Amino acid sequence: MELLRILLRSNRFMAGFWIVTAVLAFALLGPTLLTDVGPFQRVGGLFNPPSRDALLGTDNFGRDVFTQLMYGTRTSLYIGLVAGFVATFIGVTIGTLAGYASGVVEEALMGFTNVLITIPPIVVLILLSVAVDTRTATTMGIIIGVTAWPWTARAVRAQTSSLRTREHVAIARISGVGSLEMMLVEILPYMFSYIFMAFILQLTGGILAEATLSMLGLGPFQTVSLGTMLHWSLLWESVRVGAWWAFIPATVFLSITTFSLILMNAGMDEIFNPTLRHTR
Amino acid sequence: MLRVFRNRPYLLYLTRKAFWYLVAFVAAVALNFFLPRLIPGNPVSVIVGQMSAGAVESATLERLYTAFMRDFGLDQPLHVQFWTYLTGVLQGDLGTSFMLYPSKVWDVIRQALPWTVALQVPAILVGWIVGNVLGALAAYKGGTFDRFAFTGSLMLSSIPYFCLAIIFVYAFAVHWPLFPASGGYSFGYFPEWSWAFFVDALYHYALPFLSLVLVAIGGQAIGMREMAIYELNTDYVNYAKKLGVSDRRVVRYVFRNAMLPQITGLAISFGTLIGGALVTEAVFSYPGLGSLLFTAIRQVDYPMIQGITLIITLTVLLANFLVDIAYGFIDPRIRAGQVGER
Repeated sequence: MELLRILLRSNRFMAGFWIVTAVLAFALLGPTLLTDVGPFQRVGGLFNPPSRDALLGTDNFGRDVFTQLMYGTRTSLYIGLVAGFVATFIGVTIGTLAGYASGVVEEALMGFTNVLITIPPIVVLILLSVAVDTRTATTMGIIIGVTAWPWTARAVRAQTSSLRTREHVAIARISGVGSLEMMLVEILPYMFSYIFMAFILQLTGGILAEATLSMLGLGPFQTVSLGTMLHWSLLWESVRVGAWWAFIPATVFLSITTFSLILMNAGMDEIFNPTLRHTR
Repeated sequence: MLRVFRNRPYLLYLTRKAFWYLVAFVAAVALNFFLPRLIPGNPVSVIVGQMSAGAVESATLERLYTAFMRDFGLDQPLHVQFWTYLTGVLQGDLGTSFMLYPSKVWDVIRQALPWTVALQVPAILVGWIVGNVLGALAAYKGGTFDRFAFTGSLMLSSIPYFCLAIIFVYAFAVHWPLFPASGGYSFGYFPEWSWAFFVDALYHYALPFLSLVLVAIGGQAIGMREMAIYELNTDYVNYAKKLGVSDRRVVRYVFRNAMLPQITGLAISFGTLIGGALVTEAVFSYPGLGSLLFTAIRQVDYPMIQGITLIITLTVLLANFLVDIAYGFIDPRIRAGQVGER
C-alpha cells in the first residue's frame, strides 16, 4: 500500500499509466462506440484523404483507417500481452530455478540461456514465423514470448542468488521448508515489483516485435495490427505518394504506446531503486 | 586448470569466450536448418503451386517439381540434408534462390551485405559514443539538464526505429524534398569507386543513418546515466571528494568505471538493434539485407530467408566476439584473472 502511494506520486509513472489507459480504452471501447464499419469493410477508394465519412481517410484497400487503428491497436496490445506473459513466465521459472539450485543445474540453465541471448532474437523470430503456417495473433504472441525470455531469466537469476543468502530464507531452510515452497513463498514474493517491471519491458518488446515481424510481411493472417497496417502502407508506397493518413496514425500509436509503457517502467525504477531518485 | 592457462588469465578468458561463441554458432546453424523445416509439406510444392496458378501443363509441373526437389536436395533424408547444408555453409554455399533462380543465395547476399554493414556499424558506434557522453553528463549535472536529457532519451529510445524512419522519409524526403526518398544511390549511377558515386551514396546515406543513430543514442544514454548515478553514489567517489580531489578527475574515474558495463551493452545492441534496423532499410528501400529480406519474405524464397538469417547471426556473433576481445583488454580484472566468466 505504501508502495502504491509512492507510485501514485511519481509523475513519470502516472503519465505513462494514463496514456496507456487511454490507448487501451480506445482499443477496447472504440469499435463499439466510435465506428459503425468493420475493419475489413471497404468504405472508399485507394488512399482517400480524411473526410467526414472517414476521419483518417482510407488505406490502400479503401478501408477506414480510423477503424483499422482501433482494431490494430487491440491486436498489437493483445500480442504484446501474450508475449509478455509467456516470456515472463519462462524467464522467471528458469531464472528462479537457476538462482536457487546453484551448481551444475545453474551452470546448465545459464549456459543455455546465454547461448540463446547471443543469437539475435529477430533471426529466431523470422525462422519460427516462416515455419508456422497459419499465424494467428495468439501464435504470434507465443512465438515472440518463447524467443524473448532469456533477458528476464538472467535478471531473475541474479535477484534469486542474492535473495537466497537472506536471513529469512536461512530460517525457512532450518525449519525444513521444501525447495518448491521455498521458491514460491520465500523468494518469488520478494521479487514481485522486479518481475512486474520485467513484464512491462517484455510487453513493450512484444508490441515492437509484432510490428517488426508484421512490417517484414510475417504478421498475423486475416487480422489488423499496427504492424500489418504499416506493412501495407509501405508496400503500397503511401509514404512516397504523401498519403500521411495511411501510416502516421499507426506510427504515432506504436510510439506513444511503447513510450508510455517505458515511462511507467522508468517511474517504477526510480521508486524501487532509490539511488536513482536523488540526483544532485 | 590446464597448464597453458596458468598465469595467462586473458588467454583463458578468450578461450572460454571462443568456446561459447562456437556453441552459439552451432546452435544458430541448427536452428537455421531445422526451424524452417517444421513447415508441413515442403517449400517446393508451395512454389510449384504458385506457378500452377498460371496455366501450365501438369507434365511440365511434374518435371519442374522433381527438378526443384533435386536442385534443393529435398529428396534426401533429413540427416543427409543437414550434412549437405552444413558442409555447404562451411564452403560458403547457401543454396539457390527461388525468386532469382538460378542465382546463388550467397552471390545475392554478398552484394547487399556491404550496404548493411556500412549503414549499421557506424550508426551503432556513433550512437553508442554520443549516448554515453550524454548519459554521463546528465548524471553528473543533474537538475534541469538531466530531466530534459533523460526524458528526451527515453522518448527517442522508445520510438521504434522504423517509426522514426517513416516519419523522416515523409518529412525530409516527401514533404520537404531535401533528401532522396529511397535507394542507396541515384538511378543511372552504378556502384563503383568514384568520387561522384561516393557523394551520391552519402546523400542517400544521411537519412537512414540519422534515423538509426538518434534511437541508438537514446538507449545508450539511459543505460549510461543509470550506471553513472550508481557510481557517483559509491564510497570511493565520496571519499575522493572529501579528500578534495578535483571534479574533473572524479568525473574521469566515474566515467571509466561506468563505461565497463556499457561495453557489454555495445555487444548487446548489435544483436537487439538489428531487427529494427532491417525494417529501417526496408522503409528506405536501402539496397541492404533488410530490403532483400522484405522481398524474399514476400516471394516466399526460403533459401534466401534462411541465408539472410544465417549471415545476420554470423555477423552479430562476430561483432560480439570482437567486443568481448576488446573488453578483455580494457577490464583490468580480467587481465588479473579475478573475474569468473559466465
